[in-house]
Amino acid sequence: MAEAVAESALPTRSPGTPARPRRRRANWVPYALLAPGLLWLIVFFVAPMVTTLSTSLQQGNVDDGYVLTGNVAVYWEALQAYWPQLLRSLVYAGIATLLSLALGYPLAYFIASRKGRAKNFLLVLVIAPFFTSFLIRTMAWQSILSGEGGLLEKLLGWLHLGFLFDWFGNVLEFLHLSPNGQILGSPWAVVWGLTYNFLPFMILPLYTSLDRLDGRLLEAAGDLYATPRETFRYVTWPLSLPGVVSGTLLTFIPAAGDYINSRLLGNTNTVMIGQVIDSQFLRVLDYPLAAALSFILLILILGMVTAYVRKAGTEELV
Amino acid sequence: MSWIRRHLLTVAAMATLTILLVPNLVVAIYSFNKPDGRFNYELKRFSLDAWLHPCGTPGICDSLGLSLRIGLTASVVATFLGTMIAFALGRHRFRGRATTNLLIFMPMATPEVVMGSSLLALFLNIGLSTGKLAILIAHIMFCLSFVVVAVKARVASLDPRLEEAAADLGSRPVSTFVRVTLPLVAPGIAAGALLAFSLSFDDYIITNFNASPNSVTFPMYVWGASQRGTPVQINVIGTVMFLVSVAFVLGAQLVAARRAKRA
Repeated sequence: MAEAVAESALPTRSPGTPARPRRRRANWVPYALLAPGLLWLIVFFVAPMVTTLSTSLQQGNVDDGYVLTGNVAVYWEALQAYWPQLLRSLVYAGIATLLSLALGYPLAYFIASRKGRAKNFLLVLVIAPFFTSFLIRTMAWQSILSGEGGLLEKLLGWLHLGFLFDWFGNVLEFLHLSPNGQILGSPWAVVWGLTYNFLPFMILPLYTSLDRLDGRLLEAAGDLYATPRETFRYVTWPLSLPGVVSGTLLTFIPAAGDYINSRLLGNTNTVMIGQVIDSQFLRVLDYPLAAALSFILLILILGMVTAYVRKAGTEELV
Repeated sequence: MSWIRRHLLTVAAMATLTILLVPNLVVAIYSFNKPDGRFNYELKRFSLDAWLHPCGTPGICDSLGLSLRIGLTASVVATFLGTMIAFALGRHRFRGRATTNLLIFMPMATPEVVMGSSLLALFLNIGLSTGKLAILIAHIMFCLSFVVVAVKARVASLDPRLEEAAADLGSRPVSTFVRVTLPLVAPGIAAGALLAFSLSFDDYIITNFNASPNSVTFPMYVWGASQRGTPVQINVIGTVMFLVSVAFVLGAQLVAARRAKRA
């Protein structure tokens, strides 16, 4: 089961067109199969996007209603007012993605190199945390990272390593990464939360592509006198690229739009763009501005994803 | 040298695994705590109160029930719709394939906050009130793509000769589908359904946009608690969810292993 989840969790392999089309069937069959699902997506995904675009170009207020005026200037205003949050979101998500790649790759490699029961058990351990609400788990990091009476501080104190905690705080303070030397509330806590929360999305596709790796290729590289490092550089890494691509996408996209981590682990200086959209939509009720910000975020992410996928050379993603 | 390398890998892998599991351990430890104030931050006294009264805080079990119901309904509908799309993509050639693929991919590439706010904008425009129905519609929408991807991988890796063999042996298309194709694709469908359920059950951002005061799902309850004060029961439910899912997945593997041995 875990294997199946991992196998399928992600768009690593693209089956593309069927290898061998079966005997000819009536032409309407695929359309009949597609219709209900695609209709759902058109009504509840495409239509909302169109609504958002139209909302962003409207002017008015909640009481008197809105009129479509084609006010493109709202995009400029939105960018001017919120570019720091936008930039911050992309930077945090980028760092979190690199961190999860660095943390996830060894584990994915390790699991892929195990056999039978051990492999399945490890996969279960990667997937299982998913089933405890991510809010609860993020709140657990709150209590681990909080300075006064936090678990990390207590544990280190108990191990007589309390100075490590203070030392790390001082380093953060020195680098102007945290105003008071606290980890909780600093950008690092937010980046750490993002890294942790989306780590399984990185590990599963990496595992899938590493698991498909033919062991004989590695032996062949060894026979040809490649050092382990060369084998990794020229055989393992290139062959795991599809996993790296889908893993980084599945980590970066949700991380860039997330605001739970910055709300729970950060402070007012770590506000991310999702938080702005949320409060403009639900509290300030400035729908055009919120819609414009949503659209800017979507376009930015799609642009980055397209450029990245082009560069990485993976043609079909789904 | 290679000894060191191998152990370096093991150490790095175990470190990551620890990071993944530590929060669950912390959640479990704090479920036995009796905090002084409203927030469950500091370990004070050992207590079994929360375990003995898991529904002891008003609203917590109602929200859990609502999340389970929405999760089940959303995953069943999304699995049904998604499996049909996966068969169409994996089995047929048709015009509009690229557009279909794009339409499936887009929801996965769109940040939740964008999807949630856009749906709210649509619902406001057409006058549908937010609440349970709106949440259900949203959950089916974002789970659909993940089901398609899960099932499609399985459909595409299916050996067509198995079905041809069934047909050669005189099996009718319908019975071939039910007795050969479906069992072979079943693991993919199960994985898709499981993924859909966990995505729906755990969703906060999209749900928050489309919820009303009388449709508080479990994640929304937890979020509210994180602002007002966290009852220890949250940790109990989190721990139970973790243990149940581990038991469930391990049990499913045991069954699969036994079946494989018999075959």
